[in-house]
Amino acid sequence: MSELVVEALRIDYGGVRALDNVSLRVPGGSVVGLIGPNGAGKTSLINAVTGIVRPSAGSISLDGARLDRLPAHRIARAGVARTYQNVRLFGALSVADNVRAGAFRLAGKPDARSLDALLRRAALHDVGLDRRAATLPYGEQRRLEIARALAGEPALLLLDEPAAGLNPRETIELREVIRGAARDGAGVLLVEHDMTLVAAVCDRVVVLNFGERIAEGTPAQIARDPAVVEAYLG
Amino acid sequence: MLAFLSAHSKLIDEIGINALLAVSLSLSLRAGQLALAQAAFMGIAAYVSAITAVRYGWNFFEAALCGAFAAALVAAFLAWPIGRLRGVFLAIATIGFGEIARIVEINAPLTGGAEGFSNIPNDVNTFTIYGVLAFVAVGLFLARNTKVALAVAATREDESAARGVGIDTARVRLGTLVAGAFLAGLAGALYAHANYFITPADFGFGRMEQILVACVVGGVTSSLGAALGAAFLTVLPEVVRFLHDYREVTSGAILLLVILFAPDGLAGLWRRRA
Repeated sequence: MSELVVEALRIDYGGVRALDNVSLRVPGGSVVGLIGPNGAGKTSLINAVTGIVRPSAGSISLDGARLDRLPAHRIARAGVARTYQNVRLFGALSVADNVRAGAFRLAGKPDARSLDALLRRAALHDVGLDRRAATLPYGEQRRLEIARALAGEPALLLLDEPAAGLNPRETIELREVIRGAARDGAGVLLVEHDMTLVAAVCDRVVVLNFGERIAEGTPAQIARDPAVVEAYLG
Repeated sequence: MLAFLSAHSKLIDEIGINALLAVSLSLSLRAGQLALAQAAFMGIAAYVSAITAVRYGWNFFEAALCGAFAAALVAAFLAWPIGRLRGVFLAIATIGFGEIARIVEINAPLTGGAEGFSNIPNDVNTFTIYGVLAFVAVGLFLARNTKVALAVAATREDESAARGVGIDTARVRLGTLVAGAFLAGLAGALYAHANYFITPADFGFGRMEQILVACVVGGVTSSLGAALGAAFLTVLPEVVRFLHDYREVTSGAILLLVILFAPDGLAGLWRRRA
């Protein structure tokens, strides 16, 4: 099974160091939470893994193959899928075309049955395949983004605050979607502020603060860690 | 019917060529790039096809393909410096390129300068023009549900998210620019060989503006809409002849109306009805 290995990653934006010496692993089939206060560098890490920003030091590899010098579309084709903190769908395209675009890296196009199965997993089978994505309510847009990411059968799934803006019932449904992706063998890196969700789905949690890794462990260990309590409350 | 067609054959030819030009621009627009060099690509192919026909005796088929490939090649080279430009900056740079092409056509040794290039064999008729248009239409129709078409649409909607699903957006942009230049080149060759005489002024900013307005009126992301827009705007000045000197105003007024009340163009009205 594939594994994401991030080693000694450093990211600089001009003179600002967003990440420094951060290492983490996401084994296939597991869910790893990435938490920390605002500005801790969580999204920067996802952007580095997906090739949107270039790290200034360190390495990123999936299954032993280096990702950190590849262009973004090559990284996606290697099996890395993501969702965005602010939903980024193909707004004027239909629900079906958004999911089809997500399967772009695979040979051929998804048939009607796999399309239906993907939408069912994201609880979107009722919205209508031909509806323009931009006309969906916010919660459904977020789920469509997840369906698009799953359509490519990713080896690594990066979720950037997927529960933001969802109601409690939708957040509970999201748990099953995330665990399902891991059951299929994908490694999932979950950036999230909703600690209940993190505790419910994550096997391990990594905590960032001011661009540095300050703790790692199971959700229960993290909740007791004095450095983490300090970072959030201090 | 036949009498009508032969009486208006010049206008009918013009509709076909303008429709092809509008379709050629719609390719780039569908990938979300406002690249306004279509008139220049048209001119390059018009001159190449005219010169190869007059000086080397090539037949229309050979001359037109040579012209269209020349336009496509120039587009491929142009894609390199403009690759990082987006939106209005891309529009300005490509308009600038159009001016360069026009000035080269005025001053280059083989083109006949500002007085124009004449004696082009008149070996294009209405059937040739609409044959090419039909061929292009069938090609686009067959491509409409392919992964390539999906990649183009995704690139337009969100370039970064498109890369995020594995689409090589730089290649999409290059591909649509080059394919659009090829089609504009075919239109240019048809224009040259239907008119016997061309000048650099035929391929200036005025022409580019006309093509863009056709696409806006038709609906910027629909090739069929673009073709309809071109047909509409080509016929319009003939229909409103009774307005005399004021008839130039109509296309501007229609552009304004479309932008205000039907931002998705004719194609958008159609879709709303459906």
